[in-house]
Amino acid sequence: MSILINENTNVLVQGITGRDGSFHARQMVADGTRIVAGVTPGKSGQKMDDVPVYGTVAEAAKEHRVDATVIFVPARFAAAAVREAADAEIPLIITITEGVPVLEMLEAYHMVRDRGLRMIGPNCPGLISPGKCKIGIMPYHIHKPGNIGVISRSGTLTYEVVYNLTNAGMGQSTCIGIGGDPVIGTSFIDALTLFQADPETTGVVVIGEIGGEDEEAAADFVRTSMDKPVVSFISGRTAPPGKRMGHAGAIISGGKGTPEAKVAALEAAGIPVAQTPDQIPGLLKEKLR
Amino acid sequence: MKIHEYQAKELFREYGIPVQDQAVITDAGEAEAAAQRLGGFVVVKAQVLVGGRGKAGGVKLAKTAADAAQHARAILGMDIKGETVEKVLIAPAADILKEYYVGLIMDRTTKKIILMVTKEGGVDIEELAVTNPDAIIKFPIDIVQGIDEAALAAVLKDVFERQPLIDQAAETVRILYRLFVEKDATLVEINPYALVDENTLAALDAKMNFDDNALYKHDDVEAMKNAEEYSQDEIDAKEYGLSFVSMDGEIGCIVNGAGLAMATMDIVKLFGGNPANFLDVGGSSNPEKVLQAIRIILRNPKVKAILINIFGGITRCDDIARGIIMATDQIDISVPLVIRLVGTNQKEGRALLEEKGFAVGDDLSEAVRKVVALHKGAQA
Repeated sequence: MSILINENTNVLVQGITGRDGSFHARQMVADGTRIVAGVTPGKSGQKMDDVPVYGTVAEAAKEHRVDATVIFVPARFAAAAVREAADAEIPLIITITEGVPVLEMLEAYHMVRDRGLRMIGPNCPGLISPGKCKIGIMPYHIHKPGNIGVISRSGTLTYEVVYNLTNAGMGQSTCIGIGGDPVIGTSFIDALTLFQADPETTGVVVIGEIGGEDEEAAADFVRTSMDKPVVSFISGRTAPPGKRMGHAGAIISGGKGTPEAKVAALEAAGIPVAQTPDQIPGLLKEKLR
Repeated sequence: MKIHEYQAKELFREYGIPVQDQAVITDAGEAEAAAQRLGGFVVVKAQVLVGGRGKAGGVKLAKTAADAAQHARAILGMDIKGETVEKVLIAPAADILKEYYVGLIMDRTTKKIILMVTKEGGVDIEELAVTNPDAIIKFPIDIVQGIDEAALAAVLKDVFERQPLIDQAAETVRILYRLFVEKDATLVEINPYALVDENTLAALDAKMNFDDNALYKHDDVEAMKNAEEYSQDEIDAKEYGLSFVSMDGEIGCIVNGAGLAMATMDIVKLFGGNPANFLDVGGSSNPEKVLQAIRIILRNPKVKAILINIFGGITRCDDIARGIIMATDQIDISVPLVIRLVGTNQKEGRALLEEKGFAVGDDLSEAVRKVVALHKGAQA
């Protein structure tokens, strides 16, 4: 098992003929993902390598069973791409694009939710179940199939953590990048709920950062609703208040989103907070004993 | 992006929210004439992007135009939380009978736009949220459905009590909401929203923040950008597609990815150093970016060592290596470099650098320990 995706997941790529879309579509195919089709407006009938390209998501969905779509379109068209996927009732919509206006994403978020669909991201690396399916931009080779779930607001910091897990012999069931924006489709709690229910996952790593209160909510959820061990890492402990640290969502504002509040909430819920990524495997092993 | 009070008030006026006449001056010599024109009895307010200007002495009441000139002289050039006051706003002093607070924010947790109203205006809303959260009335607005007028009227009745005021406040909220959505704001605030005579409410202050990701849609907002919001290094970094925040330590950091960049700074601090900056070179691996990153970091005379931490994904280690080599060829790098490369094309990157005599590590904690030790050595 794994969460959300597996070896049978059929994937659509929106923006497949663009620079990033084509590069990562090829990479995903090489990593074993079942890319069944791509979409680029106005390029219906073309092919990207062996992958058929359609002009709209609806057209692609008529010809193929699509379980998930991954969006690589530029920021100014990304919210429209999400809405198009939602209109075509694609159950899992993963938005990699960074820099999407937040109010546009807010509207798209409600549209996706109202239809009972799920969005991951935006501004995320995607998700991977090693050995089964990769939908996103993460380097495949650092991963290893196993039983640890990873949830993160960051991209490269997730790679850092996964690298440490793999080096310590701890493979991953699914690693999911939920995104660094203020409005994201899947929260820590959403992902934790799925990992709690997944029989293959034995422990979870939560990688949070400054901004918002999602980590605090996650801590509460772990305390009340999970029996699997969870360990965590929080980045941005040295970040000055009021400054946006790269990610649109990584900002301490109005006294909210401080690292102190997050660390305190996690520790109060019995979730160890690592001070460096290389402490995570050790903390997890202790908890799993 | 933040704008000054006078800029927000110009937007308010354009959208139809009543604001007072105002003059904005940069030279204290212009203050007396401006104050005279506005009736003599005026308020002189520092225009800064940081909060807390009142407590810092940046807001003064003047009985006469001559007083106003004196206050303007004192306030212009004043340092408020590290920001130098370059402009003051002069407006007629209002007779305040009662103060309220009205604000809109985007709430990440509930995914709603939240209207916040309190009967206690003029106070620090963040402080109030801690000391007396029940005093803040929160009214969620769904971006798809818009304002529920009946529910809004009920909320405003509790706060403003009398019909003429309720009607005015409702109209102000409608306009603020339209402004918020149309201009892609992340915050709009009137504090105080004041009762200036028995039946008139007025916006005596105005604050607006905007979504940086949406600025491309709003040339008028972009045109209001203030240089003081960013350091020169931050502005230059942006030009090269680097995400940069100035800090006040001694160890320069070059990292790919925002989360890893923050974590790298945190570990520098944990191991006894202080980061000089946050710097994310971004996903695409262009050697030129690394060169510019090093150039900008070295402009800071406090920097005693530089840590380069790359976890290659989309970013390729060999491109980073080429950038480092390009930088050492073009600039005199007088401080030690510690390099940690892992991920895509790691072998190629290491080979390029080792050929030039650089040591390249693959362990993050070890690299940070090393850069902190080198910096401490430089101090000794």
